[in-house]
Amino acid sequence: MGFPTKKEMYDALVERHGEGLQAKFSKGTVAVCGLGGLGSNIALHLVRAGVGHIHLMDFDKVDISNLNRQQYFPDQLGRYKADALTETLKRAAPYCDITSQVVKLDEDNIDKLLAPYDIICEAFDKADQKAMLVNAVLEKFPEKYLLSGSGMAGLGSSNEIITRRIGKRFYLCGDGKSDVSDGLGLVSARVAVCAAHQANMILRILADEFEP
Amino acid sequence: MVKVNGNEMDIAGMTVSELLEKEGYKPEKVAVELDLEIVPKAQYSSCILKDGSSVEVVSFVGGG
Repeated sequence: MGFPTKKEMYDALVERHGEGLQAKFSKGTVAVCGLGGLGSNIALHLVRAGVGHIHLMDFDKVDISNLNRQQYFPDQLGRYKADALTETLKRAAPYCDITSQVVKLDEDNIDKLLAPYDIICEAFDKADQKAMLVNAVLEKFPEKYLLSGSGMAGLGSSNEIITRRIGKRFYLCGDGKSDVSDGLGLVSARVAVCAAHQANMILRILADEFEP
Repeated sequence: MVKVNGNEMDIAGMTVSELLEKEGYKPEKVAVELDLEIVPKAQYSSCILKDGSSVEVVSFVGGG
């Protein structure tokens, strides 16, 4: 079989998701902020679902310590995550509209950089950076949906990881307590559970399902 | 009474800053919603919690 055309890829999505749902996914525009264990997994789920436009943001490069849980490969070591992940996502969904940026988000550039997207996904690793992004988005963009991940370190039960709706358009995924700075480490499977919570809630929002 | 993360607390009249200090939260790692609206960081010391209001303090932990 030859390389699939854009139409063949879309038709395959429609076959799995149904025409109505696929049309909704295809209209989605999502900014993924941070491309580590959360962001790289979230982005992969979103492109596989055929989300219309995904924008990737991270300032960091792929390090060997990332390979235990992040969607990068040894031949990508040293490359910017934004570039390496774009390449991987394009392999999974060659016709998906993916843009990327090597950038460190801060209180001063969030206004401009996040303005174009309907859904903002917080996927940073440091607690103070998570808080910075969440506060800035909620203050500056009350009309946007925001999903954040907090609490997925260690090997605790997957069942402790949940999605909670905190505000009208603010959702929080994770167990809320397991902190990597307590020396728990980060393990692929549990980080991926949290990432899947974030990705699934994004898809639910696109499908007009707003309860966690 | 003020509801804080689902628990009733006798803290009406206290500011958000005072609540965070009393409960041992680090202000740089939290987001605070008061009756489902975000409280801007710049207003933590002036925002007074009224009787019957509901506060959600989200305290972020590291890892991602």
